[in-house]
Amino acid sequence: MEIYLPIAGLSVDVLVLLGLGGVVGFLSGVFGVGGGFLLTPLLIFIGIPPAVAVASAANQLVGASVSGAIGHWRRGNVDFQMGFVLLVGGFLGSGFGVWLFALLRQIGQVELAVSLLYVALLGVLGVMMLIESTRAILRQRHPHGSRRKLHTHTWIHGLPLKMRFRRSKLYISGMVPAGLGFFVGILSAVMGVGGGFVMVPAMIYMLGMPTSVVPGTSLLQIVFVAANVTVLQAVGNGTVDAVLTMTLLAGGVVGAQLGTRFGALLRGEQLRALLALLVLGVAVKLARDLGVRPDDLYSAVLVGSP
Amino acid sequence: MRAKLVGALLCVLALATAAPRAAQAQELEAELTNHLVAITTGFTGANVVLFGSTEEKGDVIVVVQGPTRDIVVRQKSKIASIWVNTTQVTFRSVPSFYSISSSRPLNEIAPARMLEAKQISLEGLRLVPDGDLAPDEAQEFRTALIRSQERTGLYLASAEPVKFEGDHLFHTTIAFPANVPTGDFLVQVFLLRNSALVKAQTLTLTVSQVGFDARVHDFADHDALAYGIIAVALAALAGWLASLPFRNA
Repeated sequence: MEIYLPIAGLSVDVLVLLGLGGVVGFLSGVFGVGGGFLLTPLLIFIGIPPAVAVASAANQLVGASVSGAIGHWRRGNVDFQMGFVLLVGGFLGSGFGVWLFALLRQIGQVELAVSLLYVALLGVLGVMMLIESTRAILRQRHPHGSRRKLHTHTWIHGLPLKMRFRRSKLYISGMVPAGLGFFVGILSAVMGVGGGFVMVPAMIYMLGMPTSVVPGTSLLQIVFVAANVTVLQAVGNGTVDAVLTMTLLAGGVVGAQLGTRFGALLRGEQLRALLALLVLGVAVKLARDLGVRPDDLYSAVLVGSP
Repeated sequence: MRAKLVGALLCVLALATAAPRAAQAQELEAELTNHLVAITTGFTGANVVLFGSTEEKGDVIVVVQGPTRDIVVRQKSKIASIWVNTTQVTFRSVPSFYSISSSRPLNEIAPARMLEAKQISLEGLRLVPDGDLAPDEAQEFRTALIRSQERTGLYLASAEPVKFEGDHLFHTTIAFPANVPTGDFLVQVFLLRNSALVKAQTLTLTVSQVGFDARVHDFADHDALAYGIIAVALAALAGWLASLPFRNA
């Protein structure tokens, strides 16, 4: 059964969309990540214009992350003070990102920019995760390995505008989380991702937040930044397809619940190694596509269409 | 479809038999079964039947043109082992949709140059690029534009042929794909005899989103801010509601 997407201006098989949402939801349930980094490339792959894919994926993220954020909030696992500083940066970053996106569209480089960003980020991230999880698996086999130092002083602690974050038990410069939020906000606007895959490691290793508050605070930031991106994309670029979003969500929610259950059966390190391979796979695929000679060197687009 | 066609032909018959009463019989008379193509939620494309009659035997060519848009054509080149859009050319007021169908192959009806001069062929379509371009480069971009539009099904060089039932009655089916642009379409019907244009008639047709999709599109167009906020609220609500049944598990 075909469903007509009013903003994208084309028909797509509704089962394909539900399935896509389901698979991405399942993976996000298994690995505890947003899944935007898979959703956007897959949407582009099935023929959704990149601009619509990015904006609608951001909208989908709001729905996919909201229940998780509420859950963590109820359990008191959110550092609101940190969340607020992250959000200030996130709003500015996503605003800048949406503007950048409009500029890239105008000069015809959206696809290239999106692909390059994905290759770079997913490549670096996949390698890092693979190294980390391999080490963790090895460490378990040799339990007498070296322990990480609890606290190290770096240049980050020398920055001005220090703030006290009670919930995270940190006394660091507010510029660090605001800058992190800004960077992730840009990614969110340009790539249609929540940026949890950047945010979570940065919170743990760069800010030094206790791991108990990391997922909740990261999800809170993702919900609000994704909401901001959705509104800005709708106003600035007119590329949010609500019909597409809701169809993806319908499949995604079911997938996420199944994924969470499946994920509970696997061990943490193995899970992270699997996710690392998945992330690397997407990066390699995108990188290869960039170098493949297109069937037609020319492409034509109607001006003003998404 | 069949019934529609028979109905249409009956209409033509009625027209044809009624016509002789007036002394000046029409050389060419054509009509569409439908002047509105409505895009609804399940839209997968639509067919509109064009039917008509000629007073004397001749050849009929039907040209359908969609609303004009500006089209940007981009050329990729290899830079540091990746393919990058390097050149772009804008064509102004290009028909977003173009299909041509005829009762015989075009080259048998009239010389290509004559059809091109009257813009009755894809080759004759007036496509003027912005800015200064060398003629061969302009030609390269022009053919790329047509190729790209043909690939997405928006340009059809040989659509469903025009069929004659006897010597006077003709009909054809205009097929609009699912990605058809919305707006006002021109349907031109040309009657040719001995390689010369005898008569032309222009019909109009509108393609527009209707119902739910139209409302979504209009809303997103006219009040983007409210649309964005509602899109966010709906997604959040859906995400939260959907998680409720699983909460206790």
